[in-house]
Amino acid sequence: MKITLLAFGIVKEILQNRTMELELPEHTTTAELKATLHSQYPAMQQLAVYRIAVNGEYSAENTILQDGDEVAIIPPVSGG
Amino acid sequence: MIDIQISSTPLNIAACIDAAATPDCGGIDVFIGTVRNATAGKKVLRLEYEAYESMALKEMYKIADEAARKWPVQNIVIHHRTGILQIEDAAVIIAVSAPHRGAAFEACRFAIDTLKKAVPIWKKEIFEDGEVWVAAHP
Repeated sequence: MKITLLAFGIVKEILQNRTMELELPEHTTTAELKATLHSQYPAMQQLAVYRIAVNGEYSAENTILQDGDEVAIIPPVSGG
Repeated sequence: MIDIQISSTPLNIAACIDAAATPDCGGIDVFIGTVRNATAGKKVLRLEYEAYESMALKEMYKIADEAARKWPVQNIVIHHRTGILQIEDAAVIIAVSAPHRGAAFEACRFAIDTLKKAVPIWKKEIFEDGEVWVAAHP
């Protein structure tokens, strides 16, 4: 299955991309996606906690991703 | 009434207050978040704000909606800037009108406090000798 990965702030700089298409095995969870990112981009491990949003909503741990999902990596927010 | 906006052009403080005003409100509480010239004693040259705009708009709406359910308020206006901001520029404006001031103060404080925790917007501080995404690292 294919998902669209969105990266913002520090994560955009680590991934060197704001938007990426990722091919993932069926039923990949958000936790598995995190593990994949940590191994491909070790700098992700140095971040303060970050969250994952699926289709514009904060996701629970171990959310199962679906084909076509828009998955955003949300590093600590600092608006205002 | 809830009015949520994200804008890459300068925010209009008077327009936010006008949007919040109603004949039956007895007060409008306004919070303006502005760009400070230093962080921990270090001179800041400017800030750069970035938003996950579609989600940020939804989260800002949720905050206003929750505030309107918690306190007897009339209108809630939340406008946030993106892009490059100079010292003293307004990064966020929140205006809340209510029949009585207590609710306006409390709802406004709730809105800015929650925005800072939940809304996917990020700022980068540009110093004379480098730049840092705020809060990114422990």
